Amino acid sequence: MAQSRPVTVSGARNAPPFLVDIPRRLLSIVPLAVLQPVLDRIASHVARARPRLFARLGPHTDKRYLIDPVDLPFVLVLIPNSARPFLKAYPRNDKVDYDAGIAGRFINLLTMIDASLDGDALFFTRDLRVVGDVEAVVALRNALDDCDGSIVDTITAAFGPLAGPAGLALSAVRRMTAGHRPM
Amino acid sequence: MAIGQEKVELTLGPVLFNWQPERWRDFYYRIADEAPVGTVYLGEAICSKRGPFFDAHYDTVVERLSGAGKTVAFSTLSEVMLRLDRQMIERVCASPELLVEANDVSALFYLRGRPHHIGPFLNVYNEQAALALVRRGARNICLPTEMPAAAVHELCAAVRPHMVTVETQVFGRMSLALSARCYHARAHGRTKDSCQFVCENDPDGLDLKALDGRSFLTINGIQTLSYDYLNLIRQVPDLCAMGVSRLRLSPHTCDMVAVASAFRDVADGRIAPEEGGQRLDALKLPAPFSNGFYFGKPGHSLVKPESAPAPTA
Amino acid sequence: MSATEFHRPELVCPAGTPAAARAAVDAGADAVYCGLQNATNARNFPGLNFTEEEIAETVDYVHGRGAKILLAVNTFPPAGKFDLWRDAIDLAVRRGIDAVIVADIGVASYASSRYPALRVHLSVQAGASSPEAIRFYCEEFGVKRVVLPRMLTVSEIADIHRQIPCEIEAFVFGNIGMMAEGRCSLTNYATGVSTNMDGICSAAGDVHYDEDRDGNLTVRLGNFVLDRFGCNESAGYPTICKGRYSCAARTEPYYAFEEPVTLNLSALLPDLMRAGVTALKIEGRQRSRAYVKAVVAAFRKAVDDIGSGKEAKLADLIALTEGYRETEGAFRSKTWR
Repeated sequence: MAQSRPVTVSGARNAPPFLVDIPRRLLSIVPLAVLQPVLDRIASHVARARPRLFARLGPHTDKRYLIDPVDLPFVLVLIPNSARPFLKAYPRNDKVDYDAGIAGRFINLLTMIDASLDGDALFFTRDLRVVGDVEAVVALRNALDDCDGSIVDTITAAFGPLAGPAGLALSAVRRMTAGHRPM
Repeated sequence: MAIGQEKVELTLGPVLFNWQPERWRDFYYRIADEAPVGTVYLGEAICSKRGPFFDAHYDTVVERLSGAGKTVAFSTLSEVMLRLDRQMIERVCASPELLVEANDVSALFYLRGRPHHIGPFLNVYNEQAALALVRRGARNICLPTEMPAAAVHELCAAVRPHMVTVETQVFGRMSLALSARCYHARAHGRTKDSCQFVCENDPDGLDLKALDGRSFLTINGIQTLSYDYLNLIRQVPDLCAMGVSRLRLSPHTCDMVAVASAFRDVADGRIAPEEGGQRLDALKLPAPFSNGFYFGKPGHSLVKPESAPAPTA
Repeated sequence: MSATEFHRPELVCPAGTPAAARAAVDAGADAVYCGLQNATNARNFPGLNFTEEEIAETVDYVHGRGAKILLAVNTFPPAGKFDLWRDAIDLAVRRGIDAVIVADIGVASYASSRYPALRVHLSVQAGASSPEAIRFYCEEFGVKRVVLPRMLTVSEIADIHRQIPCEIEAFVFGNIGMMAEGRCSLTNYATGVSTNMDGICSAAGDVHYDEDRDGNLTVRLGNFVLDRFGCNESAGYPTICKGRYSCAARTEPYYAFEEPVTLNLSALLPDLMRAGVTALKIEGRQRSRAYVKAVVAAFRKAVDDIGSGKEAKLADLIALTEGYRETEGAFRSKTWR
């Protein structure tokens, strides 16, 4: 019986690495001072556009979620409170308090949020790490999964004047990842 | 013990483990002669492959138990799937003079319409299920071991006007799961069909340790039990007050006569529950006691008397 | 029976959320099954399941596309709390659900006596694994379909089919629980949360993951260590029945019950269809709609290909599987036992 892991799976195997890497590279050079206003806008926009997401979270809407894109120089803290949504970036080396944490490569986190990758499958292959309050993480994952259409589109809409370029970059990534995984 | 309650009966559940037939026979001889239990459940509840081993001794064991004034009931297989399983059920249920305890719905197919018992492997968690079965002939229901006291209390109250008694397990390892796969065979690199009866080496089951070395579960063929022994001797007065009228002891290789005597003395008010508890502690069993399910806590936990909440009854 | 005598089996698909229900129907599901946001169903997980309003919307969507919607009310109400389960049955009738999937004898009794026209399916949680048990439920509670436990071989399923008066639904893909369904208190033993009464196996709130500096992942449920994965080892669901343990007969840690694997019977589909199975069930209400979409589409195509006499080309579903491994479990051969 095979005990070893057959192949490494990532969201974008077979896609040219330099292309997939564009959004990540862009994000890794953006100063946090520039990123933060965009994050604020994303948080309030999603809160307005996706009220059901927050209803699904039930008792977890005041939890502090650490979202850790391991290949980026910053981490995000999310408090999914519909009245006072909070999404803030911190330099990777800052000490950050959190209740629950999700860590993985940026592209995997993005495609999971977009419901085009299965979170359990990422966890089985160890491409996703979960720490702290596992129930809060499961609730967030399930709540995100019920969002109609693409939540990433909702997010890119929040970029305002930058929505066009941001959306283009993301759909390029999606095109590349589509077809390389069966979901 | 609540004044005015009918005298509670101690029962002895079926031997769940694969004992040598002679050990099995001698165990019941001693129970007949010495143990203060009212009803004794015989029969193979776990594995139909083991069933035939005991056939040679049934008649003498039943005779000895009946002669000693015990009621004998036959407990059916808990998981019924194979042809052999089904034949066993049909055979036991075919004799209308036998009192049968159904551990699977397969047995109800034959028993409906005539008086019978419901065993702890058949899920009866609520009054609606209990009454649906009473209407079909159930006269005694042994509740699932994981039922918390609050639900036991509610169920007893609801069925009180009806002709049925309620039984709960109060001693012995707790059955936690059944499977189609034999884990004893698996532990020895075999399958259920080629098991060569390796389970006979573990008369109280095979301990399973977690990776940190802590004993966790017990394997018995297709059954998984707790590592801990259930012990509700300190809760006997509360159980009686709720209306539980039969207390089941699940057999182990320890001194079951001593166990039964301690429970009998507590039920009769001859000794305090605490003293009964100390008598069981003195038996120095190979695993700790637990009572968590009763309190709606993790089943492996032990709620100490001083921290036990007031009974819901 | 020749291949031309296949009837077209119904594809019954999981829906943890309204979005997943729509994804399943859009991908070709003949029916979806779902649950309410409480203990009345066996996937009572945080953030999952349906409000009454969402049930109503989903009924409209599903019926509008010619599919069916089933409500799982398949846990065991503890005495004193039966009203919650009764309300779930009432809701199903009020909202036009096509069938309820029940496990408890009390719930079955209520549903069949209160609503004689309501279609009742027997959940896998009832653990009815013999023709006699199934016939009891059919004769006493008017059960129209039984969901068979995942412990039978295909030939045993065919044998049962010949002896029962109701339809058979069989699992073809998903998480393979090792313990007989509806008869497992392992989670309650470790955590105080009951799978049967609360609808939760391995409650997320009691699961703890600790990863050390070398990437070794330790999984605990309550106070008990279930498993430890090396940094390159794939993981599974954090359930007791998929953990690694040791015993006197096996001193090296081993999967005492089952490895983390996913059931995939796609290769046995023609045999299952020949065995008289009316409906093929995909497990996974707790999975994402990405999973639902991929698995449903693959099985839709396979079933249709077989139905039209073609050889089914089965999409590679391995990436969705637990432990990155598939099994045919009990279905192919008795040696699994």
